[in-house]
Amino acid sequence: MKARLYRLNWVDVVLNALRIVIIVAVIVGAFNTITSGKYTTDQWISLVMSGLAQGSIYALIALGYTLVYGILLMINFAHGEVFMSGAYTAYFLAIYTAKKGWLDSHPFLTILSWMALAAVVSMVVAVLLERIAYRPLRGAPRLVPLITAIGASFFLQYTFKGFYGSAFRTYPEVPALKGTINIGGAEIPIVQIIVFIAAVVLMVGLYWVVEKSKRGKAMRAVSENKEVARLMGIDIDKVIVFTFVLGGALAGAAGVINGLYRPQGVNFFMGFFPGIKAFTAAVLGGIGNVPGAFLGGLLLGVIESLGPNLVLDGLGIPAANQLKDVIAFTMLVLVLIFRPQGILGERLAEKRA
Amino acid sequence: MSATKRFDLRYFIRAGLLAGIVPLYTSVIGMVEVFNKREVVKGMLTLGEMLVIFPSLVVGYLVALKWRREGKNPFLALVGALIAGFVASLPTVLLILVNDRIPLRDMFVNVNPALMEILLVGQEQMAQGAFILMSVLAVSGLLGAVVSFIPYRFRRPLVIALVVVILSGLLSEFIKQVLQQFIERGALKQIVQGKSLTTKAAAAIFVVTYLTTLFWDVKGQAIRTRYNAMPASRKKQAGRLWKTMFGIFLLILPWVLGPYLSEVIDNVGLYIIMGLGLNIAVGWAGLLDLGYVTNFAVGAYIAGVLTSTGPLGLGARLGTDPLGFWIIIPISILAAMFTGFVLALPVLRMRGDYLAIATLGFGEIIRLLALSDWLKPYIGGAQGILFIPKPELPALAEILNLADRAPALIEIAKGDSLLAGLMNLILYGQFSGPQELYYIIFVGALFVLFVATRLNNSRTGRQWMAMREDEDAASSVGINTTTAKVLAFTVSAASGGMAGAIFASKVGTIFPNSFNLLVSINVLSLIIIGGMGSIPGIVVGSLALIGLPELLREFAEFRLLLYGALLVVMMLVRPEGLWPSPVIRREMAADEEEPPPDMGEMQTSQPMRPLSEASD
Repeated sequence: MKARLYRLNWVDVVLNALRIVIIVAVIVGAFNTITSGKYTTDQWISLVMSGLAQGSIYALIALGYTLVYGILLMINFAHGEVFMSGAYTAYFLAIYTAKKGWLDSHPFLTILSWMALAAVVSMVVAVLLERIAYRPLRGAPRLVPLITAIGASFFLQYTFKGFYGSAFRTYPEVPALKGTINIGGAEIPIVQIIVFIAAVVLMVGLYWVVEKSKRGKAMRAVSENKEVARLMGIDIDKVIVFTFVLGGALAGAAGVINGLYRPQGVNFFMGFFPGIKAFTAAVLGGIGNVPGAFLGGLLLGVIESLGPNLVLDGLGIPAANQLKDVIAFTMLVLVLIFRPQGILGERLAEKRA
Repeated sequence: MSATKRFDLRYFIRAGLLAGIVPLYTSVIGMVEVFNKREVVKGMLTLGEMLVIFPSLVVGYLVALKWRREGKNPFLALVGALIAGFVASLPTVLLILVNDRIPLRDMFVNVNPALMEILLVGQEQMAQGAFILMSVLAVSGLLGAVVSFIPYRFRRPLVIALVVVILSGLLSEFIKQVLQQFIERGALKQIVQGKSLTTKAAAAIFVVTYLTTLFWDVKGQAIRTRYNAMPASRKKQAGRLWKTMFGIFLLILPWVLGPYLSEVIDNVGLYIIMGLGLNIAVGWAGLLDLGYVTNFAVGAYIAGVLTSTGPLGLGARLGTDPLGFWIIIPISILAAMFTGFVLALPVLRMRGDYLAIATLGFGEIIRLLALSDWLKPYIGGAQGILFIPKPELPALAEILNLADRAPALIEIAKGDSLLAGLMNLILYGQFSGPQELYYIIFVGALFVLFVATRLNNSRTGRQWMAMREDEDAASSVGINTTTAKVLAFTVSAASGGMAGAIFASKVGTIFPNSFNLLVSINVLSLIIIGGMGSIPGIVVGSLALIGLPELLREFAEFRLLLYGALLVVMMLVRPEGLWPSPVIRREMAADEEEPPPDMGEMQTSQPMRPLSEASD
């Protein structure tokens, strides 16, 4: 016992103290809020549901991070911009179809067409990104592609600002998605449920592709060991492009879902924060792990939604909702410190973290 | 290399299309239209037109050069370049045609009539305008090819002279501001009119630069040998003379430049200070810190709270006098170092990209906290801290009673010589404007420069570099990487704190939104583009990335677009930076197993390295 104490590094001491402080803060905050009875059960349910809806959007973006990280071991920092490009471009189709009245006559098909366009645009952006910015640097030191990705992220943001302008643009209202459903006494907007279901469907589709299809098998092989995969006759370049295609398509679809769900509209900067949060979600679930990214996304959405009211309010912090993003970023740092392998990740060795 | 004599039409078309993306892209994002407002040479050439024409010129030059290097028919090179230049116009022409049928403006906000007018060269008839555009671009392709035929000795000065003319055309507004102090108005009109060079001045600059470069190319070697042959004592003397002259130049610089340019130089200086600091973490220790703004914000807020004479200032709270600027600098530095230390602890175990994202998170947390209502009673929330006083020194003139003892000095301060401003500052100690603040920033930058140079050659510096190369190897030879990392973060934070304090007192009010991610990205970009780990590189990077965009306000809108593109292109083409440090240069040279790709080639076809390297 004494020997172990002796070997304890002072950094570990600091980190453990930090851990204890955070746990105590969370418990005290939550206890105070719950005993104060400030919020009803209905309110909690609707907070959780909106957290799940937001979280499923994070989850879809997070899948793109996870797929790319699993194969290339790099953070595609520009993935948030891939998401933005699809959402922003599909807005114009959305406005057009709404004007033509197709949205009212065939709402489901119309929204599907928006998603298809967004997915294609995001896919093209993601593949171009890989081809121009990442492929030539594949053998370079690890910081080099990250810097490139940061540059590409800004380049894409301001390119789309130049294309479509800097105004916030709101997706047209979809009549079929209005209204609420009563779940356990709480009125839940239908759109939240639809967002959640759409995300689950896409997620299941992706899981099927990765686990069952031949391409998916190749992807898993490449992420396991590139050299051996190459010896088995797998074209690594094709697999990598396919990975970017998949990630881009999901991000584009997520962009449209985001446009439907969030009333504040789309803008050239809309991808940045969701991108970082989705990365957090991917790390939270265990980066490189497909179900993990989904789980991480949902978890992050719920934490972000509950955190301010449950914990910060209880600690007596005024206007806690302003600190929603602080919670997300703090989560990011905490996960990276205490469990960099994430919830579902287990084989993450030192070399990856 | 199989020198087939066949005319490879597809090659020229492909090259032309690649070049044609540039005018199309810059037109659609609105660059052409905005840049068209800036004339480089009065009545002849605008920057927007350059964006459209230059790609053809360059592609013509490159394809002709490559074609001839492969030993193929020089006449066909001309034809090929003509075709490539012509093809480069096609995407833009397509844009014009499509826009005529379907108005693209509903989607692409910048495809507007003004842009069409520029692209159609002001012609009413679309067919005519498009024809002119196509022929102009084709001819520029041909012209580029012709340039490639000029022997290298004459071609190099030509390119340099062109670049100098364009640069001076862009900066003519500021050349005017500087020259105003020395030349009378009438003569100035001959050189600069409005915001652009006159044709005469442009021609003169071209000829002078051309001849100078030519002369240097011919005679430069001889002069250099003569200088090297000089005895060491003479060389030392010459060196000292240069250094003294450069020092004096730096001292009177703000008074030569005038207030506006001094403001720009001040900002450049602040970024040099921050760049030197961040360079310790990123360039030397290899810790990619994307949250450098944290230190800047801490420095600025500490300075703001402690010196403000407003209601948020510590003075008003405790009923004492607020602290002065000079005492604040060390306090801010210490506070920033403490923050750097605290934030270093959680990220110690992370490597590479995780560390980058975590520090990015810190930077955003700081900004959001500063914005929040929670901390509003202390640091003002979105309204920020107001009434931060400017630095002051005791007025020497009154203390020493110079009005009686040395009236000559007072006279110098009152006159309008170049030294007057400096004298005024020394005598009365008021750092009221950008020209006076320059000295504080200058001294600060010198101090940081000194510390950084000393650290670079110290034992700690070597430890950092060893850690950057290979953390495991470094720790196995006995380097305590934990301490080294914490030290790197802490020291690197110091200069952020200093820059923050100076910034707070310079602008007088601070708002949370001045401390956003872009500050971190700016500092990071200038380090990387200047050359990671290289001290002169940081100065060059700051001048290019912070100075230039402030001078060319048309660029402001596209600043981040260009930064992004520059970061990507730098990493692809020249990862060591504009002015690389000798260590990195050596490494890069050692890495290069293959000869550098031919400049004539259009694609960056770097050799694929084995993938196994990517996974370590």
